[in-house]
Amino acid sequence: MHDLLERAIEQAAHRGAQYADARITENQTESLLMRDGIMEVLDSSQDNGFGIRVLVDGGWGFASSHDLRPAEFERVTDQAIRIAKASAQVPGGKVNLGSPVASRGSYVTPVRIDPFSVPLDQKIAVLAAADAGMARAAGVRVRESNLVFIKEKKWFANSDGARTEQTIIETGGGMVATAVGEGEVQTRSYPTSFGRQQLTAGWEAVEQWDLPGNAERIGNEAAALLTAERCPAGTSDLILSGDQVALQVHESCGHPIELDRVFGTEAAYAGTSFLTTEKLGTFRYGSEQVNLTADSVRPRGLGTFGWDDEGVPAQSSPIIRAGLFIGYLMSREMATRIGLESNGCMRASGWNRIPLIRMTNVSLEPGTWTLHDLIADTEDGIYMETNRSWSIDDRRYNFQFGTEIGYEIKNGKLGRLYRNPTYTGITPEFWNSCDAVCGELDWRMWGTPNCGKGQPSQIAHTGHGAAPARFRQVRVGIHQ
Amino acid sequence: MIGEDQARRLAAQALELSRPDRAEVALKGTSSKLTRFANNTVHQNVSESDARICVRIVQGERVGSAITNRLEPEGLAVAVQKARLFASESAADPHLPAIARQAVAAGLDSFDQATAEHSPDARAEAVGELCRRAAGRGLNASGAFRVAAEEMAAANSEGTFAYHAGTAADFQTVVMGDGSSGWAHAAHWKVGELSLPGLGEEAIRKAVEGKGPRSFEPQATAVVLDPYATADLVLMLNLVGMGAQSLIKGQSWMVDRIGKQAMSEQVNIWDDGRDLEGLPLLFDYEGVAKQRVDIVKGGVVQGPVFDGKTAKRLGAVSTGHGLSPFLPTLARGFGPLAMNLRMAAGDATTQELIASTERGLYITRFHYTRTVHPRDCVVTGMTRDGVFVIEHGRLAYPVKDLRFTQSYVSALNEVEGIGAETRLLSDDFLGMSVRAPAIKIKTFRFTGTTA
Repeated sequence: MHDLLERAIEQAAHRGAQYADARITENQTESLLMRDGIMEVLDSSQDNGFGIRVLVDGGWGFASSHDLRPAEFERVTDQAIRIAKASAQVPGGKVNLGSPVASRGSYVTPVRIDPFSVPLDQKIAVLAAADAGMARAAGVRVRESNLVFIKEKKWFANSDGARTEQTIIETGGGMVATAVGEGEVQTRSYPTSFGRQQLTAGWEAVEQWDLPGNAERIGNEAAALLTAERCPAGTSDLILSGDQVALQVHESCGHPIELDRVFGTEAAYAGTSFLTTEKLGTFRYGSEQVNLTADSVRPRGLGTFGWDDEGVPAQSSPIIRAGLFIGYLMSREMATRIGLESNGCMRASGWNRIPLIRMTNVSLEPGTWTLHDLIADTEDGIYMETNRSWSIDDRRYNFQFGTEIGYEIKNGKLGRLYRNPTYTGITPEFWNSCDAVCGELDWRMWGTPNCGKGQPSQIAHTGHGAAPARFRQVRVGIHQ
Repeated sequence: MIGEDQARRLAAQALELSRPDRAEVALKGTSSKLTRFANNTVHQNVSESDARICVRIVQGERVGSAITNRLEPEGLAVAVQKARLFASESAADPHLPAIARQAVAAGLDSFDQATAEHSPDARAEAVGELCRRAAGRGLNASGAFRVAAEEMAAANSEGTFAYHAGTAADFQTVVMGDGSSGWAHAAHWKVGELSLPGLGEEAIRKAVEGKGPRSFEPQATAVVLDPYATADLVLMLNLVGMGAQSLIKGQSWMVDRIGKQAMSEQVNIWDDGRDLEGLPLLFDYEGVAKQRVDIVKGGVVQGPVFDGKTAKRLGAVSTGHGLSPFLPTLARGFGPLAMNLRMAAGDATTQELIASTERGLYITRFHYTRTVHPRDCVVTGMTRDGVFVIEHGRLAYPVKDLRFTQSYVSALNEVEGIGAETRLLSDDFLGMSVRAPAIKIKTFRFTGTTA
């Protein structure tokens, strides 16, 4: 494979490229979706192709194809050059990629059990057991469970001399119970929402999640929510579950620290960022309890790999320390604009997309509390768990989230069940109201396999380590 | 692009490999180019060529499928082998419709050679012109200009073969000033039908007029929505309930509303894959010709769109709205969706809608809208790229962006006027398009603001 890439890069150089990189990927995906005991989706997908990115006279060009024959590499490389020359007709500033990146090596996601080696009937049996568990709960109208397995092999080369090869293995799974009542519909998910939890891991992750063992519980919770009291409107102390904190981190920290957004290159689509460069090192993003890190080395995260799609090695970068904003997610080109070097965050969703600055694993570092003690320490508040809706403005400033389930907290104990819980806030005000983060015992790596960005659209898989946390005096219960 | 002859050969090969099982074959080819700009410069410029095939093998009530973009004989054979294995291991599905010979949809020409061959130089020229005009006004232009040629084929072991090739062009831009921004967006299957200078001027004008936005206390108030914002109402209603699957799950806003007057009498929404003022799709990947489906007629909810499976389950007939098998698994969980939506125009100009409003807000578009509660299609989201206070029938001053939490069903029940002009907008992720007018709504609930 590297031979094909090297020839393309040489061809690009001959045609005038000052820089070129190229990737070949082979993506194998297996998907299973069971609904009400019936296999709705049982399929396999093989998605192969290559892309080449070139810089000519300060203009970028990228072309890609599913056809891996040598002649197609030549055609596509020429096409990338033509596109780059067209880009150069609407020039920006000089492109500075910083120090050369000449990484070499190979990387494979460490797994205990390769999910593609597990027999299909064993996978179906897990879903069937989960389905049967949800069916035991009275009042559940729709039962859905799914498993997803991905193995992506990727070869990368660039004109600086980088040659890397990596195999990333992902395992995802989850289930949703939907209960329907008089004018009301409620869902409960496990291990988290949007269908599934996902990790760079093997079949062992499915075993750890124990979908069957949690199925009846979420079914009962969905049914109970139908008649639960609506989340009251007002201002309240708020404890969020670990998976909801993970999404809060994703939306209100992960995206605004993408340096391309800061420099406006996503303005027309995803938006910009309130975390502008003059705030770096000076802005109080959160309270002393808030420590956030971006890394691509922590085990099992969806942002864990050997090198990013510019060949920059996986690494760990502090983003927020004791509430102070000190770091961005960066590419080679964007990093030099603030006098830094890339911290390895350029990721493409496939062979047919250019790399963009994407989250790796952006995690809230564990604190010292246990969830039990945190609830016990809260006199009057609300506990919310598992995301149901999420919306945030184009600068990542004003947000409103809803969760699947909520509980009143009264005198240090969980009380009444609340349906349709929502909360809203302004990002830095919210994180500055955080006065407690739970510790290692409650800290988990969560996966977000549905992060959209870019045009044409790209769906990235990102990781977020998080534990339950408490926020003081948050506006809750926003209803129509 | 692989062309009809090659598509027919590939489908025949896959069906032959699938024997003696019954099988369906779907094929999708894409040649797509996109020029992206920001800060008045082209910063991303890409091209993609892909073709993939989905083989779906049915053994009695069991089904398995495999997708591959390895189109050589070995690649096809591997896919068929996997689909067969999956079918043999799968559980029986009593709702599975039998594979049948489908009536072939009548042809419709929506392929424009000029769009298919549109060059990066031509896109750079158009984008460069907008960037220069924006820079000349002290503004900053961003956006994307996409052209594509796309083909789809559907075949099955009972003799169905359908093929269609079409083109698409889409231009969108945000022009930003100091504290203000404007937006313009349009799509068409002929790139020559896009008025690029007009779109640029529209976004520039909004950015200029939006300078110095004031704060506005969130409240329930009348709104006049540009077609961009109206389109969001239609698209969210689609995702949250125009498909039969969401009705079966009890999550659709149509539950308990079919046959009832749930919206203003002025509201008419339908789906029509053969509308040449949209981005035509003639059949779905099950090979079923797309029917024109009324979703809301005179404010009365008519019913959902169907694919083969939901039709069988509900005793209906497929309307040709099966979702693409090439979407990610979880997206396919939506079941059938409307893909070519249209909301009927009225007879007013946007200016007349504003003039008829004593006090309210004029809104360009919505951003990051998400469902809070599906049964009433309660949605939260932000305004973006131009919000103006209306006082005594005139635009008074721009305001900062606002958050809303609002039932879209209730909003369309309070429509007081509809614009005569419509705008076609497309969404490249799900492949949907919607043509929508400006509308005036009596009450829309805003629940927060950006500081």
